[in-house]
This record gives sequence, C-alpha cells and structure tokens, in this order.
Amino acid sequence: MGILDSKIPSGPLADKWTKHKNEIDLVNPANKRNIDVIVVGTGLAGGSAAATLAELGYNVKTFCYQDSPRRAHSIAAQGGVNAAKNYQGDGDSVYRLFYDTVKGGDYRSREANVHRLAEVSTNIIDQCVAQGVPFAREYGGLLDNRSFGGVLVSRTFYAKGQTGQQLLLGAYAAMNRQIQRGKIKSYTRHEMLDLVLVDGKARGIIARNLVTGEIERHSAHAVVLATGGYGNLFFLSTYCMGANVMAAWKAHKRGAFFANPCFTQIHPTCIPVSGDHQSKLTLMSESLRNDGRIWVPKKIEDAQAIREGKLKPTELVEEDRDYYLERRYPAFGNLVPRDVASRAAKERCDAGYGVNKTGEAVYLDFDAAIMRYGREKALTSGMKNPDDTTVRKLGEEVVEAKYGNLFQMYEKIVDQNPYKTPMMIYPAVHYTMGGLWVDYNLMTTIPGCYAAGEANFSDHGANRLGASALMQGLADGYFVLPYTIGDYLSDDIRTGPISTETPEFDEAEKNVRERIEKLMSASGKHSVDYYHKKLGKIMWNKCGMARNAKELNEAMAEIAALREDFWANVKVTGEPNAKNQELEKAGRVADFLELGELFAMDAFDRNESCGGHFREEYQTPEGEALRDDKNYTYVSAWEYKGDPSKAKLHKEELVYENIEVKTRSYK
Amino acid sequence: MKIYLKIWRQKNAEAKGSMVEYTLEGVESDMSFLEMLDVLNEELISKGEEPVEFDHDCREGICGTCSLMINGRPHGPDSRITVCQLHMRSFNDGDSIVIEPWRAKAFPVIKDLIVDRTAFDRIQQAGGYISVNTSGRPVDANAIPIEKDAADASFNAATCIGCGACVAACKNASAMLFTSAKVSQFALLPQGQVEAADRVLNMVRQMDLEGFGNCTNTGACEIECPKGISLENIARMNREYLAASVKG
Repeated sequence: MGILDSKIPSGPLADKWTKHKNEIDLVNPANKRNIDVIVVGTGLAGGSAAATLAELGYNVKTFCYQDSPRRAHSIAAQGGVNAAKNYQGDGDSVYRLFYDTVKGGDYRSREANVHRLAEVSTNIIDQCVAQGVPFAREYGGLLDNRSFGGVLVSRTFYAKGQTGQQLLLGAYAAMNRQIQRGKIKSYTRHEMLDLVLVDGKARGIIARNLVTGEIERHSAHAVVLATGGYGNLFFLSTYCMGANVMAAWKAHKRGAFFANPCFTQIHPTCIPVSGDHQSKLTLMSESLRNDGRIWVPKKIEDAQAIREGKLKPTELVEEDRDYYLERRYPAFGNLVPRDVASRAAKERCDAGYGVNKTGEAVYLDFDAAIMRYGREKALTSGMKNPDDTTVRKLGEEVVEAKYGNLFQMYEKIVDQNPYKTPMMIYPAVHYTMGGLWVDYNLMTTIPGCYAAGEANFSDHGANRLGASALMQGLADGYFVLPYTIGDYLSDDIRTGPISTETPEFDEAEKNVRERIEKLMSASGKHSVDYYHKKLGKIMWNKCGMARNAKELNEAMAEIAALREDFWANVKVTGEPNAKNQELEKAGRVADFLELGELFAMDAFDRNESCGGHFREEYQTPEGEALRDDKNYTYVSAWEYKGDPSKAKLHKEELVYENIEVKTRSYK
Repeated sequence: MKIYLKIWRQKNAEAKGSMVEYTLEGVESDMSFLEMLDVLNEELISKGEEPVEFDHDCREGICGTCSLMINGRPHGPDSRITVCQLHMRSFNDGDSIVIEPWRAKAFPVIKDLIVDRTAFDRIQQAGGYISVNTSGRPVDANAIPIEKDAADASFNAATCIGCGACVAACKNASAMLFTSAKVSQFALLPQGQVEAADRVLNMVRQMDLEGFGNCTNTGACEIECPKGISLENIARMNREYLAASVKG
C-alpha cells in the first residue's frame, strides 16, 4: 500500500514551506502565456486560485454552475476567518493555530499541511484588507477579533455575520480584474461532467452549458477542482441546493483517490427541521456561542410540557435549567468544538429533553448576554442604577449590533423573536472534511489534477474548527496552489496547446452523452427529489452523528439497492438539449448514490471514534469518543474499481513529530 | 391552505411566454415560498409536465440567486428579505399569487422565471476592484487604520447581494443602486482612493452600455432591496462621478 506519496518536504516543520518554495521549479513569465489552466468552482478556493494564476500570467478558464462566480456557497459562511496575527496579544502564534487545528481535527490531519496553513493565515488578512474587504474594526481603527469554538484565543477576523460574503466578493473582484484583462475566461452556468486524461495526465474537462444543453470540450495543461464539499448527500444540510460532488467524483472514477469520505461535520447550531417539505437547513453562526448559553430543562416533565406548549422556556428558573455544555466541559463551556457540541445536543434530545415539537432541539439563550452587555453599556453611558428595562433595551442594542442579521434570519424562518425567547437549535450537516486525496502540492493521484478548498481532505482531519474553512480556501487559492502548480507546469513549457480533437476527448464526451441519455430514458416512476430524500434519510439515520457496524452495513446495502432503483425508474422531464434543472439534479443525485455507499464503507472500516466520526461501539463510559491511535492513525484513501463496493483502500500513515498525540479533552 | 398561482412560463429566450394558472392545495404556513414551488413542481413532474424553472441556490438570503417578482414586488410582500426567506405564513388561504421574472431589457429571460444577469458581472469587471496583486506581499493589515464609521459604512454598501431587485423595482430598470453600492464600498476606504476616478467613470459607462435606464430618484430600489442598501450610495456615486468628470 505504499503508492501514496505525500511529498512532504524534509527539514524542520517550520521551515518546510519556505524551503519547498525555494526548491520547486518555476515557469518563466513568457512561458506562462503558453500554458492553460482550468479551474472548476469559483468559491473562495477556486476564485482566489483563478485570480492568482491569471495574475501570474497563465491563461485561466473558470467554470461554475451558478449564474455568476460571486454566488458560490462560500458566500454563506457567516462567522469569520482565523489568522495567527496575535493582534489581541493573547498569546496566539503560528504554532498555536497549528496546534489547535491538529488537536481540533482529532489528530487525523497532516502536520506539514496544517503548519503551512497556519503560516500563510496571516497573509490572508493582509491581502484581503489590501483588496478592500471591510472587516469589523474597533473604534481605534484597527481590526477587531472574536473567539470561536475549540480555542482559547481571539483570532477570528469577521465582517458581521457575512464574512464569507465579503471574502468571496474580494476574490470575485480579483477575478474580475483578470477577466477584464482577458486572462480569465469565465464560463458561468456550466457544469463539469467529466475529466479528460491524456497519457495519464489531466488535460481537460467535458462541460455542459446549462442554458443550451450543449456538451463542450475544454482542454488545459492542468485542472484545478475547487468544487466544495459533498454534504448534500444528506439531502438536508446547510449547503446550497446546487452543491454537488460531480467534479470530484468524476475525477475519482478517473483515478483520483477519495480520502476519508466519512469525515463529515455536523454543525451544532442550526435551525431545527420544521416539516416534511423542508428543502434546506439554515446555520446560525458559531459566533453566537460566544454569547449564547446552551441549555435544556433539567426535569424531563418540564421538557415535555414545553413540547406540548404548556410551558414557556422563559418561565423556567435558573435552577431548573441544565446548561449541559458548561456542566460537562467547564474549561471550554459553550465553546467546545463542533463535533463535541453536536453530540452533546443529540445525547440530551435522545434522552428525552428536546424542546420543540419534534423533540429535536435545544435552547441557545442570549438573556444573560443581553443583561451583561446592557449593564456595561449603562455604565459607560454614565447611567447610575438603571432599571432592568433600560438595561435590557441597551443590551438588546449591543446584541443587535453584533448579530443583527442572524437574529433577523432566525425570526423570518421560525417566526419567533430571539431577543425575547431563546433560539431553538439542532445539529445539521455543514461541511465535509473528507475529499479528494492530495499530496503536499495539492495534487490528486492524477498528475495535473489538483484539488483545493473543501474539495480536498488535507487540513482538518476528522473535525474542522470554526472559521478555518475560509482560511483554508483562501490559503490554498492565493498562497499555496499558485506556487506548487508551477513545479508541475514547468515540464509543460514545450507542450503547446492541448487539442480537444483526440480519442480521449471523444471517449469522454461519448460517456457523458450516454449517461444523459440513460437518465432521460428511465421508466419515469419517481422524481429525482424522491430518490435524493430517500438517500438523505438513510445517510442521516445510519451514517449521521452516531454510527455502528450493523447500521453501516445496512446502509451500504440500502444505498446500492436505491441506486439500482434510481437508474431503472427515475423520471427526468424536459429535454437534454435545453435548460433542464431536473436533468442537472439527476446527474448530481446519481453521483451521491455512489458516494454514499463509499461513505458508509469508510465509516465501517474505521473502528474508532474520532472527531465527527462517532462509532457507538467505541466510547468511554462517560460517552466521550474513544480514538484508536495504534490502528487508525491513517488517512483512508479509496481507489475506484468499477463499483463503489469494490473500492480499494490505501492508507497514508500519519506521523506526528512536532505535536504530542493526546486524548482530546475540553473539560 | 389552498393557493391560486399565476406563473410566467417561457420555454426559452426566443419563445413567446405567457401566464399559466395552477391551483395548489395543502400548502403549509411553515413552508418557505420556494418550498411551495418545490411542491408544485413535484406535482407537475408526477403528471409528466415540465416543472417551473426558477433560480435559487443558498436558500438563506445571501447568494442573491433567487429573483421572483411576486404580486408585482421583487422578492414578495415582506421587506428586507429575499424570496427564499419568504414564508407562506405571509399569505392566506385562497390567495392568488402572481409570479413573474425580473423585467428589464438588460436582464433577458432565459427560461420561465430565470433571467440573465451577466450584465451585473460586466459592470463589476469594468472597475469593481482594487488593483492589488493577490500573490504579492502587501503591508500588514493593521498598518491601514480605518475609522470605524467609514469601515462600517463601506461594509453596509458591500452587503449588496447582486440579486437585481433594484432593477426590477425601478420603472426605468436602472442599475444605479447596484453600481453605486460597489463604487461606495471603495470610495469610503483609503485603499480605494487611488483608482477612484477611473472606477466610477468605467463602471457607469458599462452600466449605460448594458442598457439599464436612468435614475429618477423615486427610491423604489431602496424600499425593495433585501439588504437595505441606501439611496445615499447613489448620491455618493453622483458626487464621485462629477468629481471624476471634472478632473477628467
């Protein structure tokens, strides 16, 4: 199983990246003009990579299924972006960010990659400010920070609850500058349907123009996949509706190994499911846990009364509330990492303490914060002995300034005022740590095919810390890939343009056309959503927050059967040669029906609990995750062998030389 | 709830469209407006008819993709939200709801309720950025202190989601609110000063080339904007434009 070469540079951890940059081959500016790069996906990773590669002089083509690059789902990230700037002087450092990320990932990420991420994190903030990203500032004019889960310092930079939007618009602006210069050609409403390999190297893609239905061939010297995660496998998630695994999955089928597919992040603070027609779940930023306290009733009869609408949460006195995170994890309290907070919520709800109609919700309460801020504000405004009403009013104003848009979003969806009554929240699928396996250079096991951002697996191990996704996306795109890709492309300076009139492109296009035809000609019993929802139920019930061998086995069989049913009986209306949203969805769900099985296999293989992967068989008597470092300190990288069930497991052993592997404790 | 729908159906950009009526039963007040359309589409699919196509993606009010004219108002009857955040509790049993695409010359219909908004991208490409190389080594972020009020005002302008409701709301189909939001974001920051004159001239020129109408200060755009982008931005852009033209 030694075919996975992570290509980690030699030397001390802190010097690896600098040394590597000094040693890799460069492409001279004149030659860059003769080299084409395709970037699929225009979120933080793809947008920043495309802009930077174009600035360097490469000819870039970008592809996104949205109508504009600016709409990629990075835009929905709320809370912030981490960087080891130590502007707060609270003891932060590159090492501490590195340490927190490896520990937060439950010791299942690659040391060298994470250290590089921590190193370049500071450049991200400098870069974004230079671009005009309006981060939150203090009255002195300097940048403000806040704290996020799983860490003890304030290193998160933010722009209210719209940090992802502002960072993405920054990357989009950088792209626009290159589009205007003619260095980027932007293909919007286009979807990549296959990867084309020539002589074993990634040399292009087959894409469908989603407006006309035309199948197009595009060639390049290298292909970058920055297509995000695959959480929509669960149907209900905080992902956008169109998020899909198609590009990554097609690369997988062409030879790219898929790493740690079962590592999924279930985010603790989302708005609970309200009914059967639900199409999507909405996140309430983790930043709310800075000020909100999470609780359920202490007595089971109170929980029942609340569910039946006989009791209001505000009527429950302090002694009758169970602030279970503060109780179980006094050191980190409400700011434990996401996997820990999610499991704790599930534990309370499973035990019968859930608070909404479905019994699947806990409270996130701002009352204490409102009063605390109110008193502080009264003091600084020179008020002596203000009454409670005044304090509350002042406090609500402070909370509104910090989280106003989130509170408004909550009120619109739930129809309750979170300033007056505690929010109800429940965990939901939010991010996938797994993804295409990449080496230190972010190259997959296919030469010339790169994966960046959430689409790769490399930095977050088994659990991602809050505000680290934006950091990784921009690190990969602005600061890592533009260097490492040059090393590979330096061999291509004499290659010349890649022709699309070759047998390899013929074969790939033929495959794509046949697949579309097959989707359109099934018996037509059930809609695409029917299958997607069924798959989502299997995933959530058997591969969700808690997993066991028996149910994972059942999941594999059920998904395989569902997939067969899908191909025989799905109904795709409309025509292939026109705008057709049903056909778009069908192609995406078909891929999920394959990935789902691999996901369950991977979870079944990993006989331990770590990060977001919790196997019920492996837990301490207190219900904490029980890792098995002796047998599972590896990245599972799956090779496609014609059917998901036949996938072959390769292992990249993880070596920790700079960090002591410990039991993760937040107590 | 029982809802009567009148929806614009148009096969493609060239085809002639028309309003088509549908009746939908069993609508629940907790459903979002788009989930109501999902239910309609499932019904249409089960009857072998083509579902109604509409743009949507994040379904949490931030990507700016959804774009429906509901009973004559962009994003529907509620204020400060996008269609995807609108819930059926804003309607009553027996209501008739008319759903149309954005109507503007610069936003041609692609299919049903989907329009082509790439004109907005081209306005941004004309100058909606600060020319700083991404792979370079800029100065430390805190070396550029910015007054909090200016930073906040810049942020407020930058929260525009580019949905196009301002254009749809405007009787002249003007894109002044959209364009001025981007101009303002940079005009309010020290980093944006160097290219300020070229930026405003180029973006306004592109805006005019795309066929958007003129601004007659009715303020409909501000009222319908889901993000509350202020008319002050238009005033600021006019000042910037005038200053840049004089400097010319």
